[in-house]
Amino acid sequence: MEKIIYTDIAVIGAGPTGIVAAYNLARLGYKVSLFEKEESLGGNILKTYKLFPNFQSSNELLQLFGEMIVVNNLSLQTGVTVTNIRKDNNHWISTTNKGETIVSKAVLMATGFKPFDAHYKEEYGYGIYNGVITSLEFEKMLKCGEIYGSNGITPEKIAILNCVGSRDAKVGNNYCSRVCCINAVKFGIEIKEILPKAEVYCFYMDLRMTGQFYEELYRKSQQEYGVNYIRGKISEASQTADNRIQLKAEDTLLRLPIKMTVDLLILMIGIEASESTKELSAQTGIMGEYGFAKSHSLLKADNHTIHPGLFIAGTCKRPFTYPETVADARAAVVEIQHYLENKT
Amino acid sequence: MKNFGFKISASRQLDMDTIQSDLYEKLIQLEPTAKRCLMCGACAATCTAAEINGFNFRYCHLLMKRGILDNLAKELSKCMLCGKCYMVCPREINTRSIILKMKALMTETTPKHYSL
Repeated sequence: MEKIIYTDIAVIGAGPTGIVAAYNLARLGYKVSLFEKEESLGGNILKTYKLFPNFQSSNELLQLFGEMIVVNNLSLQTGVTVTNIRKDNNHWISTTNKGETIVSKAVLMATGFKPFDAHYKEEYGYGIYNGVITSLEFEKMLKCGEIYGSNGITPEKIAILNCVGSRDAKVGNNYCSRVCCINAVKFGIEIKEILPKAEVYCFYMDLRMTGQFYEELYRKSQQEYGVNYIRGKISEASQTADNRIQLKAEDTLLRLPIKMTVDLLILMIGIEASESTKELSAQTGIMGEYGFAKSHSLLKADNHTIHPGLFIAGTCKRPFTYPETVADARAAVVEIQHYLENKT
Repeated sequence: MKNFGFKISASRQLDMDTIQSDLYEKLIQLEPTAKRCLMCGACAATCTAAEINGFNFRYCHLLMKRGILDNLAKELSKCMLCGKCYMVCPREINTRSIILKMKALMTETTPKHYSL
């Protein structure tokens, strides 16, 4: 039997953006239904250990999210995917993979991002050599408190490579993912704290320290932790006879080709539009560049879409850091309130 | 056998696993501000000596960091120690002190390179 839910706002995606928006809308007295396709809430935060730039624990945030969703007027469903959204007169109809129909006055898409699949950059040997891992796999190592290299032992030398899947026409992504540079700096410090004797080399094209305290952290990683930064993108990685990873790059400031053997290569994978983001944007005709959802006007109505009542927030629009995505969620709340009160 | 004049040329590739890093290790102990260099090149841009003799502080610093010491002493001798680079450095690196310490390290350890 088909189940119909009537609500004021349907929020799709219970990552930081969806949770913060749903919580604030509920506190304003609106009836909110929040949907999450995974079994647990938190989105991509679940895959991290500590957050830049102040090393706040992700668990702390997840705990906070858990407290936020018990607010009145908010109902959360996990393990439910919204497969279709369409407009019907003045209402929005969303359908889920569980056969439910949600009738709402407004919809907020907070469907987020997915990490770049490092297999596409075959030259780095991801999925081919042990010891070539992604930034998210490194977060897992940090969670377990144990870092190991290609031979399964404590690494002496670690390389971090920025811009894997970002700023790269070869994978169709010309944009910057915004979070990887500072995350690489964070990794450098985390490595040196666990393994003070390890040598850490961070390869970069540009280091974009755009947020508050990012530059300070970068400076600290050099001055206090001795992390090395080499300007140059690694061109390829290969395996040595003793099962380590050999890298080729150019030290562009020295103008010489270099080679280096490391025990662990961490690929800083970029941000791409998630499958849900692409799917729902395509259905509603709001897909912008690279599969991200497009707002009505970047400067004037960045949470609106071309459809009245359909709103977007967070990394379904473009790469954002955590504070940015949460700020965007709060901004969307105000826009939705104005819409529901016919103020727009 | 006929000699056609072909030979294998030496590789320009720098092997980071075998570079001579002991001098640089000493340098950053003597002058820890060197560690935070961004390689922005403001020092080289402001340098009066650079206009005359091609001196480049950023490059000399990097040469020692990568253990390429062959011409370093000669390059270092081009500095006039005026200290303009210290004034422009955005990371407040004591460039003058680094020059003096690099010169001393070069004299100490590799006298054959040093001919000021």
